[in-house]
Amino acid sequence: MTAESGHYALVLALALALIQSTLPVIGARWRDPTLMNVARSTALAQLLFVAFSFAALVTLHVTSDFSVANVFENSHSLKPLIYKVTGVWGNHEGSMLLWVLILALFGGLVAAFGNNLPLSLRAHVLAVQAWIASAFYLFILITSNPFLRIANPPIEGRDLNPVLQDIGLAVHPPMLYLGYVGFSISFSFAVAALIEGRIDAAWARWVRPWTLMAWIFLTLGIAMGSYWAYYELGWGGWWFWDPVENASLMPWLAGTALLHSAVVMEKRNALKVWTILLSILAFSLSLLGTFLVRSGVLTSVHAFATDPTRGVFILLILCIFIGGSLTLYAWRAPALKQGGLFAPISREGALVLNNLFLTTACATVLIGTLYPLALEVLTGDKISVGAPFFNLTFAPLFVPLMIAVPFGPLLAWKRGDLLGAAQRLTAAGVASLIAVAVLWAWTRGGSAFAPLAIGLAIFVVAGALSDLAERTGLFRVPFATAMQRARGLPRSTWGTVFAHAGVGVALIGIVCETTWNSEYIGTMKPDDVAKVAGYELKLDGLTQRQGPNFREMLAQFTVSLDGKQLSTMAPSKRNFTTRGSSTTEAALLTRGASQLYISLGDATADGGIAVRIYHKPLVLLIWFGPILMAFGGMLSLSDRRLRVGAPKPAKAMRGLQAAE
Amino acid sequence: MTRKQRRLTIIGGSLAVLAVAAALVLNAMRDSIVFFSTPAMVAEKHIQAGKRFRLGGLVQPGSLVRGDNLAVTFTVADGSATLPVSYKGILPDLFREGQGVVAEGALDPSGVFKADTVLAKHDETYMPKDVADALKKQGHWKDDYGAKPDVNAGAQGASRAAQAPPRAEQGAPPAKQGASQ
Repeated sequence: MTAESGHYALVLALALALIQSTLPVIGARWRDPTLMNVARSTALAQLLFVAFSFAALVTLHVTSDFSVANVFENSHSLKPLIYKVTGVWGNHEGSMLLWVLILALFGGLVAAFGNNLPLSLRAHVLAVQAWIASAFYLFILITSNPFLRIANPPIEGRDLNPVLQDIGLAVHPPMLYLGYVGFSISFSFAVAALIEGRIDAAWARWVRPWTLMAWIFLTLGIAMGSYWAYYELGWGGWWFWDPVENASLMPWLAGTALLHSAVVMEKRNALKVWTILLSILAFSLSLLGTFLVRSGVLTSVHAFATDPTRGVFILLILCIFIGGSLTLYAWRAPALKQGGLFAPISREGALVLNNLFLTTACATVLIGTLYPLALEVLTGDKISVGAPFFNLTFAPLFVPLMIAVPFGPLLAWKRGDLLGAAQRLTAAGVASLIAVAVLWAWTRGGSAFAPLAIGLAIFVVAGALSDLAERTGLFRVPFATAMQRARGLPRSTWGTVFAHAGVGVALIGIVCETTWNSEYIGTMKPDDVAKVAGYELKLDGLTQRQGPNFREMLAQFTVSLDGKQLSTMAPSKRNFTTRGSSTTEAALLTRGASQLYISLGDATADGGIAVRIYHKPLVLLIWFGPILMAFGGMLSLSDRRLRVGAPKPAKAMRGLQAAE
Repeated sequence: MTRKQRRLTIIGGSLAVLAVAAALVLNAMRDSIVFFSTPAMVAEKHIQAGKRFRLGGLVQPGSLVRGDNLAVTFTVADGSATLPVSYKGILPDLFREGQGVVAEGALDPSGVFKADTVLAKHDETYMPKDVADALKKQGHWKDDYGAKPDVNAGAQGASRAAQAPPRAEQGAPPAKQGASQ
């Protein structure tokens, strides 16, 4: 019964979405407020039905109803409860249902909190939202229905892929989807603005918090996925330039650019056409990501549902939405009025530069991701584009961007004073030069690259702090006054400081981890001692243990530094009988921001075991940086200016006329 | 500056950045892409020693030999040719004899493929796409390579499992565990 009602609710949601895609648009054309208001109720009802459908699937997984194919293939009655729940989105069908649930959630939020939007704009935004929703409901119902029954129900399920049975994976996909799908709001706003032929600062003020929210989730989602890969895949890597990772990085880059250009549009009413284009691109790249993950066209670390009909269906959705929105853009964008003027050296100019580098970097990632695919289709040659490609293209583009980051907030709007900004960054520059010199001396004989890169990162962090010092008058006015001024600063300013500092912090982590990572790989027997980065790790012994749905072999290590015992570590290797596969559970020991990392290989015939031991200096900064960025985003989101919302245009109804 | 000049400055700057990016991409394309080959293609093309490429195929059953200090050798086969591979390090969890494998490295002068990375880009039900395509092209593909292994989950479960089409899960499988050295 549960499966059927879940299925039925999904069909009803599709019906509601179809109504929501048409009636409000007709209403806007006829200027009929009743028809336009249909969008609000349908969006809320749609959310209700999808939520019901999703709840039904969760119930099926929790109660281990193996008569449903999706549950049978991805669950097991002995699996811990939390993984029964998270297993819902640990497979293709369930994760697509989560996708539409989040889409409906965002639509519902616009409907519920969009009372101060012009009526026609809200109608159009929700209609566009419903077009996307209808396409994905159809996709789920036609090609990937999670509620299909099995004729002869088996008594036990096949279990979820063991590597997915992890708390990181419980959080990572919903976060990532909140980010991906969150960009659908700015997309819908952009398309609605193009349809209406009218766009103003109030529009940007509306779009910015949604973009910011999506960006925060995407930032956290990517960081989470990266940390998961780091501790779960067992070899200490945290970013592989894998197509699926790139698929999440590209919307992030476009979204970061959008975030910055939306500021220009809101404050200065400039860059309108560009902001619209970025909104379309950010969501298009999210759709592309969905396509890459779901279609199996690319060989990747991630294994995909390789069903050709699904790939073709999503490709169709992709072509319709990306092609359609870009055509609409080409047709309507020239009609939008140009905004404020600014000199190349100005806050606007700095943000244009930011956008230029972010989008170019995004384009190189796109090329690196899709080139192998294009080459295979055209010539049949199979190639792989790996980390070296991205290190050679992406990194050089990020260097000038990083140098420019501290200058941006110090330049005035409209016409800035580059020399003045440079003077105010003297302290930051000196700090970074000292860091370079000290590191250079300390790592004598090492490559010059790492000290320089860390110097750059310190420049970014110190630059963010000098912006703060500048604004509060720290060191120039009495300390108490500065503190008072700091409290009075808008939260969005604090947000900028944290987010920019976060970029620098992450860069420090990345450089330290890649340059000074030390490792030991070898076979160890009980009582053997391995030495890594001054630490002594003694293997005490191997023990077997039975888990709920796996058997594991635990290795006990005692860690000591300079003869003093610090702690014990217990990496393990788990064997999941149902799937006949095994996973490696790494053991981590955190020392400050650095970590010791042990993972196990195969046991050898003579009672030894292969081990990998890494010492990763300052590795935690890699994820601490994105957390700082997301925190900055949250501060900015809580800014009074955004909370109060956009002022209502005085004559809302005039908005219905096109601005030509 | 007039509006026109300002616009030209911005367009000029953008073009400069794009040109730099294009140069970077072309340069990286020349140096850092890696081609994929099977043992048969290696025999055909006479790839010179030292040139990096990715080798894909099936690990020949019975060919895996573990030496001292994590050194291993095995043979990769694609039905019409074989190539010996040597590797030092920990093999991925899913490395099995008779299963698909992708290794990255280069040939040494004696014709042995020295791998520095071994990838098991698949879960237990899934063949690496490159390997599957190459095997299909040469007519050595057997449908049961992709099928799920029987599960001991009751008679019905097992019989259904055999009929199920090959499919894989969302998210990451325990893949790419090959350690780079």
